[in-house]
Amino acid sequence: MHEPHAGGAGAPLLAVRDLHAWYGESHILHGMDFEVRPGEVATLLGRNGAGKTTTLKAIMGMVGRRTGSVVFEGGETIRMPSNRIARAGIAYCPEERGIFASLTVAENLVLPPVIRPGGLTLAEVHELFPRLQERADSQGTKLSGGEQQMLAIARILRTGSTLLLLDEPTEGLAPVIVQHIGTILHRLKERGFTILLVEQNFHFAAGVADRHHVVEHGRVVDCVPNSQASTATLQGYLGV
Amino acid sequence: MVTFFGVPIQALMGQLLLGLINGASYAVLSLGLALIFGLLNIINFAHGAQYMMGAFVAWMLLTYAGINYWLALLVAPLVVGLFGVLIERLLLHRLYKLDHLYGLLLTFGLALIMEGLFRQAYGISGQSYDPPQMLQGGVNLGFMFLPLYRGWVVVVALAVCLAVWAGIEKTRLGALLRAATENPALVRAFGVNVPLLITGTYGFGAALAAFAGVLAAPLYSINPLMGSNIIIIVFAVVVIGGMGSILGSVLTGFGLGLVEGLTKVFYPEASSTVIFVIMAIVLLIKPAGLFGRAN
Ligand SMILES: Nc1ncnc2c1ncn2[C@@H]1O[C@H](COP(=O)(O)OP(=O)(O)O)[C@@H](O)[C@H]1O
Ligand SMILES: [Mg+2]
Repeated sequence: MHEPHAGGAGAPLLAVRDLHAWYGESHILHGMDFEVRPGEVATLLGRNGAGKTTTLKAIMGMVGRRTGSVVFEGGETIRMPSNRIARAGIAYCPEERGIFASLTVAENLVLPPVIRPGGLTLAEVHELFPRLQERADSQGTKLSGGEQQMLAIARILRTGSTLLLLDEPTEGLAPVIVQHIGTILHRLKERGFTILLVEQNFHFAAGVADRHHVVEHGRVVDCVPNSQASTATLQGYLGV
Repeated sequence: MVTFFGVPIQALMGQLLLGLINGASYAVLSLGLALIFGLLNIINFAHGAQYMMGAFVAWMLLTYAGINYWLALLVAPLVVGLFGVLIERLLLHRLYKLDHLYGLLLTFGLALIMEGLFRQAYGISGQSYDPPQMLQGGVNLGFMFLPLYRGWVVVVALAVCLAVWAGIEKTRLGALLRAATENPALVRAFGVNVPLLITGTYGFGAALAAFAGVLAAPLYSINPLMGSNIIIIVFAVVVIGGMGSILGSVLTGFGLGLVEGLTKVFYPEASSTVIFVIMAIVLLIKPAGLFGRAN
């Protein structure tokens, strides 16, 4: 699905360099450095408060101030407002899910504008998430936690964005639903999506990811291919 | 003579119609206020001045350019709407990062300036504006005489309110607006130009106020203070209906117009205060307003 892009073969889809971010006076990210390659599932792992959510928000241009470089498909996005970053092809699924209470499930699902061709059709989205079709006319926030998470993921698949930023999609969900989300991520990867996944659940991350970046105090302190990720070292980082 | 609780039915119907007409203005004005408050979180104190400008622009179009009522119904809201767009782009826009109080103060100041300018130019004696030929005169309904123009005002105001409500509840643009009212940052991160949506909403709210002003022009004398007279009541309507509730503000607008009319019949002394009494009671019992969601 993904076209070859500027920078030639082997170039990363997303390259984050020396990214700093602030909320007001608080300096939260202290020079994040990492890449996401086309077609892979990469994670940001780390304890609560390490700066994982802030990293995704900084990539989307949703923090107060940011410096450094965020190159997507060969183009610099650091000076763009968040609506233009989204239109460049990055889709965001927030930690708090962000389902709109004043919209029905169906309205929530088609809210994000299609920015270019190549995304899933509505029929394909319904095939992946049949529950969303059954509950189409319900108020968005009347769905269960798991269904809301599905909706939050589903609505960004239609847009034609190639890179999905998913912030803790398994947080607070029952094991069977976590497993289901794992299956979905595998299918999205097969479909050609590139995924940057924020997780605290290492077992889940190990089941879907190609590479892990460990985040501590607003920096990437380690980068481990999934094949070499030992549960012991990563759980040490995560403090579990 | 037919009477109702001792009141001649003619008089009752007449007051109810007056109530409906006032209610129509309340509804259209509070609709715009609610829209603006929902998305911008600003209480638009310039709303009354924008209503007054609508009436004045219609009068100026007729007086200086010979442009008739029907065209003015389109052109005056357009002019005042564009003026609103300018205000949002140049001034309000800079205040969103600060407390909402600053937006309120700014729009209050703008209202005073606009009123002052029109007072300077036209005094406060007021200008008159004739209803269009087609809507002069009236029909006898048997139980009462209905001036055509008044009937038209009620119908067209209802239609506009319904259309705006449908636009917000049933269209994609409306869904974007509702979503941006809840979480503008996220809607923007989906690729929607939310600042443009905000500018458009403020302009549209101002245009709605101007539309109400044009409707009112043939009913009342057009004077620079007409906005501040009505807007105090409209603020009460919005508080009673619930800040930011679209349907609530429309229903409350018409409802309170009727209540005001009935009060004029049965207890005239209270007719100018009844809305504020209701506001106080609603604030005590349901502070979020009759249709508001507490948060
Ligand atoms: N809106 C905000 N304003 C100020 N500080 C914030 C805000 N959001 C997060 N922080 C702070 O930034 C740090 C990183 O938070 P976050 O990125 O949410 O961590 P994580 O997602 O890794 O748990 C924390 O110390 C948190 O308190
Ligand atoms: Mg987080």
